[in-house]
This record gives sequence, C-alpha cells and structure tokens, in this order.
Amino acid sequence: MPLVGQSPLRKEGLDKVTGATRYGDDLSFPGILHGATVRSTIARGKLRSITFDPTFDWNGLTRVTASDIPGDNVIALIADDQPALVSSEIAHCAEPIALIAGDNAERVAEAIKHVHVDVEPLAAMLDPIAAASSPNGVMKDFLLEEGDLAAAFARADRIVEGEYRTGYQEQLYIEPQVMIAIPREGGAVEIRGSMQCPYYIHKALQRLLKLRPEQVIVIQAATGGGFGGKEDYPSMIAAHCALLAKKSGRPVKILYRRQEDIQATTKRHPSIVRHRSAVTHEGMLLGCDIDLLIDGGAYVTLTPVVVSRAALHANGAYRWQAARIHARAVRTNTPPNGAFRGFGAPQAIFAIEAHVEAIARELGMAPHALRRKNLLRLGDVLPTGQVLRSSVASREVFEDALQRSGFEEKRARYAEERTRGGRKVRGVGCSVFHHGAGFTGAGEVHLKSVAGVEITTDGRARVLAASTEIGQGTRTIFAQIVADALALTYDDVDIEEADTSLVPDSGPTVASRTCMVVGGLLHRACKEIKQRVPKGTSLAAWAALAPLEARRSLMQYTPPPEIVWDEATYRGDAYAAYGWGANVAEVEVDLDTGETTVLRLTASIDAGTVMHPVLAEGQVEGGTAQGLGWATVEELRAKEGRYLHDRMSTYIIPTALDTPPIDARLIECPTPHQPLGAKGLGELPIDGPAPAVVAAILDATGFLPTALPASPETLLAALESA
Amino acid sequence: MKILLGVNGVSKTVEVAPMRRLLDVLRLDLALTGTKEGCGEGECGACSVLLDGVLVNACLIPICQTDGAQIVTVEGLSNGAALSPLQRSFVSEGGAQCGICTPGMLVASHALLNQTPHPSEAQIREGLAGNLCRCTGYTKIVAAVQKAAATP
Repeated sequence: MPLVGQSPLRKEGLDKVTGATRYGDDLSFPGILHGATVRSTIARGKLRSITFDPTFDWNGLTRVTASDIPGDNVIALIADDQPALVSSEIAHCAEPIALIAGDNAERVAEAIKHVHVDVEPLAAMLDPIAAASSPNGVMKDFLLEEGDLAAAFARADRIVEGEYRTGYQEQLYIEPQVMIAIPREGGAVEIRGSMQCPYYIHKALQRLLKLRPEQVIVIQAATGGGFGGKEDYPSMIAAHCALLAKKSGRPVKILYRRQEDIQATTKRHPSIVRHRSAVTHEGMLLGCDIDLLIDGGAYVTLTPVVVSRAALHANGAYRWQAARIHARAVRTNTPPNGAFRGFGAPQAIFAIEAHVEAIARELGMAPHALRRKNLLRLGDVLPTGQVLRSSVASREVFEDALQRSGFEEKRARYAEERTRGGRKVRGVGCSVFHHGAGFTGAGEVHLKSVAGVEITTDGRARVLAASTEIGQGTRTIFAQIVADALALTYDDVDIEEADTSLVPDSGPTVASRTCMVVGGLLHRACKEIKQRVPKGTSLAAWAALAPLEARRSLMQYTPPPEIVWDEATYRGDAYAAYGWGANVAEVEVDLDTGETTVLRLTASIDAGTVMHPVLAEGQVEGGTAQGLGWATVEELRAKEGRYLHDRMSTYIIPTALDTPPIDARLIECPTPHQPLGAKGLGELPIDGPAPAVVAAILDATGFLPTALPASPETLLAALESA
Repeated sequence: MKILLGVNGVSKTVEVAPMRRLLDVLRLDLALTGTKEGCGEGECGACSVLLDGVLVNACLIPICQTDGAQIVTVEGLSNGAALSPLQRSFVSEGGAQCGICTPGMLVASHALLNQTPHPSEAQIREGLAGNLCRCTGYTKIVAAVQKAAATP
C-alpha cells in the first residue's frame, strides 16, 4: 500500500511534543554574544553622523556600522536596493543603522541608548496613491490585456464599479526571528537560525562579506512558523550577525523581541483595487477593467513578484470575454512589505469576490448563481492567453462547499429569521477562488532548482534538498514520496538537514512549490536510481557495492514542454497548474456593537493529489484561520510610517475561541504536470475566507464591507449611516 | 536570592536576582528549553507552565514568587520514555505543526484535563484560549485533546 495518501506520524513529531526540538533561541555556542540593532526613528532622512557616547564604557562591546562592511552594502535579492546598514539615506522608520554585541544582553540594551544618530529629516512619502504619481514612485507595473474590452463594455447592460481595500497583515509566527553567526576558519561564517530559505542567505552573505560560496554555510534551525515572514528578512538578520561575528571573532545571536519583530519585518502589502465590470442583465460577465495598487514600502525586496501574482489572480476564478488588468506596486517610506502566504493573490481575490457580490446585488441575482454561471472551465482562456487544458476543479469545489454547508437552505432560513427582527442577525456568504501553484511564469526556470536522493551503502535513502520544514510537513511528505518511489519503508528514508554545505539549492520554501516542484524532482531522482539497479537485484544489495556517483541522483527542474511563457510580453502559461477552492462562511452580526462572529467555515479545496491527509487538512485549516483573522480582527495601522499595533496585546490574532469550527474537505483533481498529480496547497486556503465573510456580512446586514478588516467600528458606522 | 523549587519532580536550587523571570530560570539557568517565549507579555501562552498545579505564563512570574513551588514544564509531561496520551494525540491528529506553541499548548491541555477530564469542544476552546497557535487554526488541537480525553 503506497504511503502517499496515508498519514504517517510526522518525522519530527516526537521532538515537538517533548520539548526536545531545538529552535534558534534554544541553541548556544561557547562565548556567544548578544547582538542588537540601532534603528532609525523617522520615516525618511539623511544620516549625518553616528556618535558612540564617549562617556559610556564601551569596553567589551563590539560596534558595527556600514563602514565595517567588506563587500557591497546590500541585501542581495531582486533589485539589490536595500542596504544592510544605512550609510546615507534613511528610507523607513525601522531601518538598521548600527549594531552592538556583548556578553550580557542587559548591557547591550543599555549601550543601544548611548548611540546617538544625527539625522536631517526629509519629507516622507506615506500615501500609496500619491506615490503612484510621484517620480520613481512606481516600483513595478504590469498590464495584462486579453480580448476586445471596448466591445465588451459596448455590449454591456450594466457597468458595475467598486473599490476595495485591504490593510497590512503581520505573519505573527509565534517564534520571533532569531539568527546566529559563528566565525569559522579562514574568514568563513556559519549561520544558524529561523528561516525558510537557506540559499537566500547564502547568496546575500557572499555579496555582503565578499566570500566564496563555500565560505558561507547556512543551516536552518527548527523554525517556529514562517508564512512568508521568514522568506527574505532572515537574510538581513544573518547579515547583521555575520558582521558582528566577523568583527568580534565570537559567535553572535540576534533575537528580535516581539515589538522589534513587528516594527522591522515585512508585512502583507496593503492594497487598493478598483473594478469596473461590463455585465449583462442575465449575469454574464463580459469585461473586467481592473486597476490594482499595492504598497511595496521602502525597498523592492519581493514586491515585483507579489504584484505580478496579484495581477494574475485579479480576474478571479471567472471567465471574462475581455480583460484589462493594470497592476502597480509603489514605493513609500514604510518598512518593506513582502511575502505572506498567498503573495498578492488574497488581496486580488478579496477585491474580485467582493465585487462579484456587488454585481449580484446590482443585478438582483443570488451571488452563488452569478458565480456558478461564470466559473472558469476546462478550455477557458485566462488574461495572459493561457488556455486551461487540465485540472480545473472550480465547479467541483464550489458545489461541494455549497452542498456540505447547506448554503441555499441557510440563506433562506437566515433571511426568514431576519424578518422577525432582533439585534443579532445571521447571514451566509460564499467565495470561489484559484491559486497558481509554484513560481510565476519563468520563475521556476530561472531558479534551476536541484534536489536529489542518495542511497546509503546500508540501503537507506537520504533526501538532499534545501527545502525547509517550517511546520507544514516537508520532511514527512518527502519521505513518503521517496519511500514509495523506491519501495522502501517510511523509516528507511532520512531527510538531510537544510544545510547549504550538504544539500543542493532546491529553491526557496515558498509559493506552495515544495511538494509540487521539489517533490517532483525527488520522484524523478528515485526513478533514475531505480533504473540503475539491475533487474533481479534488490536496492540494498546493489547499494552495498555501488559507487557514490551511482547511488546518488540530483535532478534539476525543467518545465513541462507544453508549458510556455513569454517573460517579455507577459503572456502564456503563467502557472503550470492551479489549485481551486471554495468557502462558505456563516456569520452573526451584533447590530448594537458591530461585532461579527464567524459561526462556521466550510472549505473545499483542490490541490491535486493529497500526500498526507492530516497535514493537508492542517494546511487548509491553518490558512483558513489566518484568512479569517485578516478578515475580522487583524488590524495594523501606521502613523508617520510606524506601526501602531506592534505587540501581541494590540495586534490581535484569532484564539481558539475566536476561530470557528472549520469544516475542510480536500477534493483531488490531479495535474498531469507533476509525477504524482500534486498541486500547490499552502497558500490556496487563505484566498477565500475574507471574501466569504464579507459576503456573509452583506447577507446578514445589507452592507458590503469593502475594506479589510471588517472591524466592528466600520460596520457600526456603516449600519448607523444606513 | 536563593530559590528552592521543584521542577518536574526534581528539587532545584538557583541563586538569581529576585525579579528574574521564571521563564529565564527554566530556559537559561536550568537548560529546560522546551518552554518557549513568543511575546514576553503574557499574550501568547508559549511559556505556559504549571505552578503548583495552576496554569501560568512563565514570562510573567518573577522567580521570587516561586520559592518552594512545584513547576511542571513540557519536559515533565512524559513518563520517562513513554509519551502521555496528549503528546501522542498531538502527533497523530496533527495538533503540532511548527511546534513552537506546542509545549505551552500541551501544558494548558494537561491542566484542562486535570480539571475537566472529559471536556466539551467549547470547554477545550475556552481552556486553550490563552495559547495562540498560528499554524493549525486550532481544529486539530481540539481534536487532539478530545482524543487524549477519550484515551483510557
């Protein structure tokens, strides 16, 4: 019986329930120093000078400024515009300026207060709309056009317009960022800590420290949640630790306290999306004209890729005869926004799904009937010209969610209940969505990911990949895939540490790509090894005598030949496969307080073949809960470019009491572009909860929240003015 | 200040500043790193331990309040090598993903089952409301506690 499709106990489960797992802050090294960061306090300015208070005793403390950087003062990623330490211009209010390390954390904290940073304040750009029309304000700009939009609007019975906004969201992994650098012989440096992407750090430190690849060793420690927040920012902290370690000659740990973590690290991009849609009386969606704006913050980081994904999901899971999507990311003097589960898609999907509610209301149609009528089907064409040739489960997931939740019956029942009056009203709403799996466009081709398998001489399999375990179950599903492919047991498969000196670069652990892309490479590697084993010989007998080259297979990603993408025109197959999802939310709104309680959430999710039902459901439930938090309670506002909700007591995430029962079901519609039929899973579930909740609020109250979070304050204000 | 306390049934003596947090004494002085810190202000529950049988956040307890107390941490939940039913069910039901909230979640669940051996779903959610998890959406944590409660 194959292991894929079963739920073996997760590889690191035992250590996680006994407290034995060692996270970054659980690691120590002899002579380790505590590092800390001096940051800017204003959103924009010119750095005039840094003075280390001469009356303070600096003995035993290590100080680092930009002038200590041996290589290029950048955190290498996409645009290389972000310095590791400010040398001249301050571009946001949490920018690192200087670093201090010492034996004693209290003394380091005291020393920070004795660093005087003289800054000439400059006018800060804090408004994303103003930034869009300012010089150099636009970081990245995409225009997708498909079909004859003018003709679609000319044929329309109705034109429906709307504007939708979403705010910041903090990943709020429960383990704050932590990193350790250990100086090694000959100027080499070893990095250990909480991270999603060891090879991002590997690349950034070579450039910063002028080191050869083998002089930078990056090893992931057990990581207490990432959600995108530990995709690129760990490179910054690793850079800081490495600079301090290099100067002091001692291991250095930097642990962010929660406030610093929230103030300095990346957030989900706030968005403003304008929709203008041409529709018929009967509810046919003819044309969509979409203007999407996201706030990138002060530096480029991953924003071009985020805005690209937002653009590619802006049309929703619907068939349009014509589409025009203009997507822009702008630069403001706020901390850079970055990766967060969904990566631009949740913002785009919130907007289109809320807009579909607005269209249905305008047409006097039931919102689920409007959706049903326009869902993407096999053979339909997306705004990039991509033809959906396989694995389209839009209808299956949508009907499943409606049916299991009893959507139509509840819609009627709650409507009837509301006629009886009362200050607590219930409503039900739905959403349907798709999510491109893996990197966008030619992303996977550029990455050239490598992963593989080695058979040890005692017949065990060793998985070689830099894909990180961050709770989602990487190690477990890799072991399942490899065990099945080599006819071994689950316990016969070991997963090598995510250590750049031991494993190849299998690409970052992001974009719901680990199972689909890296899992696919492992499967191919196993097949190749099996072909080397002579017929009639067991793998173990063969491995006992075979040379290492024969026992090891490393595979590099190559796109399926039928997947074609043109980067220059941004046309073609944007993703090799799409996952499909649908949600139904039931809410109760207190008309006196404006408070929304989500009573139940039904999620139907197609991510292709399910590797491990327990882990897969965990991804759906967890992503759904994060989406519900974004919809209702997670509010992060900024003033003068500084976050106002920078503690767990002010940035609220759902507790077990706030989170409703989540009824998740996985529907398997395999893709032919992956050996096992798996599509991406991690991000898809977060796309749908927020629009389903606002749809349910609309059903309950007659008011459609068009901005997230749909907080009691906004709801109450809307209900009072109605 | 000299403090005598029992940790997971073992007597320990530490000589530390009176306002040192119980969390730091456990993690740094006693090298029991199973107890985690997520926020340092009693919001996330990652540092949940039992203090004389009562569920507390170790980040909010100055060590001077614990003289003579009995502390139970995640390391004290298993009976030698054997996992407790709660620990087993957290693994089998998927109650632990990244695992950083898990030690606190387990201690809080343990405290709940001590008081209410057969809790309803609502009682479980109430009992764990002081422990934040960002991975699971809590569904599988609730299922794990229910399974452990049903284990004879």
